[in-house]
Amino acid sequence: MNVLRDLFLDYTLRNIALGAAVLGLVSGVLGSFAVLRRQGLMGDALSHAALPGICLAYLLTGSKAPLVLMLGAAAAGWLGMVLILRIVRHTRIDPNSALGIVLTVFFGFGVVLLTVLQKRNDAGQAGLDKFLFGQAAAMTQEQVATMAVLGGAALLVVALLYKEFKLLAFDPEFARSLALPTRSLDLLLTSLLVVAVVIGLNTVGVVLMSAMLVAPGAAARQWTDSLSKMLALAGAFGAASGIAGAVLSVTAERIPTGPVIILCVTLIVIVSLLFGSARGLVWEWLRQARHRREMRAAMAAEGGTTP
Amino acid sequence: MTNGGTATAAGATAAAAPVSVRDLTVAYDEKPVLWDADLDIPAGSLAAIIGPNGAGKSTLIKAILGLVPAAAGTVRLFGEPYERVRKSVGYVPQRGSVDWDFPTSVLDVVMMGMYGRLGWVRRPGKSERERARECLREVGMEDFAARQISQLSGGQQQRVFLARALAQEARMYFMDEPFAGVDATTERAIIGILQRLRDDGKTVLVVHHDLQTAPEYFDWVVLLNVRIMASGPMEATFTPDNLQRTYGGKIAFLK
Repeated sequence: MNVLRDLFLDYTLRNIALGAAVLGLVSGVLGSFAVLRRQGLMGDALSHAALPGICLAYLLTGSKAPLVLMLGAAAAGWLGMVLILRIVRHTRIDPNSALGIVLTVFFGFGVVLLTVLQKRNDAGQAGLDKFLFGQAAAMTQEQVATMAVLGGAALLVVALLYKEFKLLAFDPEFARSLALPTRSLDLLLTSLLVVAVVIGLNTVGVVLMSAMLVAPGAAARQWTDSLSKMLALAGAFGAASGIAGAVLSVTAERIPTGPVIILCVTLIVIVSLLFGSARGLVWEWLRQARHRREMRAAMAAEGGTTP
Repeated sequence: MTNGGTATAAGATAAAAPVSVRDLTVAYDEKPVLWDADLDIPAGSLAAIIGPNGAGKSTLIKAILGLVPAAAGTVRLFGEPYERVRKSVGYVPQRGSVDWDFPTSVLDVVMMGMYGRLGWVRRPGKSERERARECLREVGMEDFAARQISQLSGGQQQRVFLARALAQEARMYFMDEPFAGVDATTERAIIGILQRLRDDGKTVLVVHHDLQTAPEYFDWVVLLNVRIMASGPMEATFTPDNLQRTYGGKIAFLK
C-alpha cells in the first residue's frame, strides 16, 4: 500500500514510473509497426548503434545534459538506420546481415569509446556506461519532461499518418501505385523508431531496448486482429510493464529498474502467447485435441475395427 | 524518363490512347527482362498480356506504373505521364505480394483503394465505408466485410483485391495474375466483373498465363517474351504462328 502511495507522492519513484510509462507507451506503439513489417531486429540495431553517439556527444561537448546525449544517440541511431537502408538497396547483402553488420560495428565502436573515456580517468565520464543497461533510479523531472515531449511528438505523427503507415506496412507496392512517397514514409517511420530508442536510453539502456520495441507489439497481436486495437494494447502493455518494473525495483533492494521492466514485459508476452484471445496457443491446442477426439469417435462409429 | 516527342504529340489529341508505351526497356542487374517494348492499347479493351515464365509480363505492368525503374523509354497513360493521371488508374498486385496475416479486416483493405483520393491525414468515414461495402457486393463478398483477412481462401483474397481496385473508381485497370490459384467460382466472378468494366468503357490490362481461356475471356492480346512479339485484336493476333514465336518450340497444345 505504501508503494501505491509513494507512486503519487515520492519524487524519485514518481519520476521513474512516469519515465518508464512514457517509454513503454511510445516503444509499444512504434515497435508494433516494426513487428508487423518484420523489422523486429531493426530496433535492436538502432539502439545498439546509439551508443557511440552518446560517447561522441560527451567527447565533443563535455556535457552530460540529457538533451545533448539524446541528440548524440539520435544522430548515431539515425546514421545506422540510413546505412542499413542503403546497404539493403544498393548491395546484395540481405536485410538481416545488414542489420547484423551495422549493429556490431556501431556497438563495438561505442564500447571502445567507453573504454577510452574510462581510461582517461576523467571524473566527468562516470556514468556513461549506465546507458548500457539504463539507470532509471537517477531519473530527473527534466529528463522525464524531455522524454514526454519527444514521445508525444512521435505519437502525434503516428496519429496523423495512421492511414499512410498502415498501407505502407500492409502493401507497400500498392501504396506506391497510389503515388505515396513510400521511401520517405519508410524513412520517417524508422526515424520515429530512433526517437523511441532515444527515449529508452535512461531507463532500459541500449542493450535491452529492443525488447521494449518488439515485446509489447508481439504480445498485443495475440489479443486482436485490428491494427488500431493492437497499437493501443501494445502501448498499454508497454506502459504497464514500465510502471510495474519501477514499483518492483523500488520495493526490492538494489534491483536495477531496466531489467525488471524487461522481465515484466516478457511475462506479458508469455501469458499472451499462451492465452491471447485472438491466437493463443492454449486455445489452439484445445481445439486440435477436440478435433482429434471427434475424428476418432467418427471413425470408430463408421468402421468398428479400431487398431 | 525522356519527354518523347512522338508520344507527347499523340497525347495532345483529344482521344489519347489509355496506354501508349515507346521503347520501354527494363533490366535487373544488366540482364534485360523487358526489351524495347512499344505498346498501344485502345480505349475500352479487355486486354491480356500473355507469355512464358520470365517473359517480363509483371515487369511490363510495373514499369508502366513506375513501380520498377525503366532503363529507357516513355510511358503515357491517356496521353499524360503516370503521375498526372494516377487517380484514374487502378492496380491489382499479385495476391502473394502481401502478408495476409496482417491485422486488418476485409472492409479496411477495400477502403485502401480510396486512400489516394482521400489525400493525406484524412481518414475514411461513413461514405467511404458505404462505398467499400458496395464494392464488396460487386465481387460477391459482402458477408465477409468484418472478417479478418487471414481467414480468407485464395480466391476470396483475390476478390478482396479486386474490390479494392473497384473502390479506386479508375478509368483504367492493371491486374497482375488475378486468376492465379483461384477456384472456378472466383474465376467466373472475376471475369464477369472484368467484362462489366469493359462494357462500362473502362480499359483493363491483365497479366494472364492460361492460353486455353485467353481467347474466350479477352478481346485484345499482347504476346510477350522479353520483346513484344505481337499485339492486337484477339482473333487476328492469337495465331499459332505468333504463339509459336512467343513460346519457341515449347508449345504443344495447339491443334
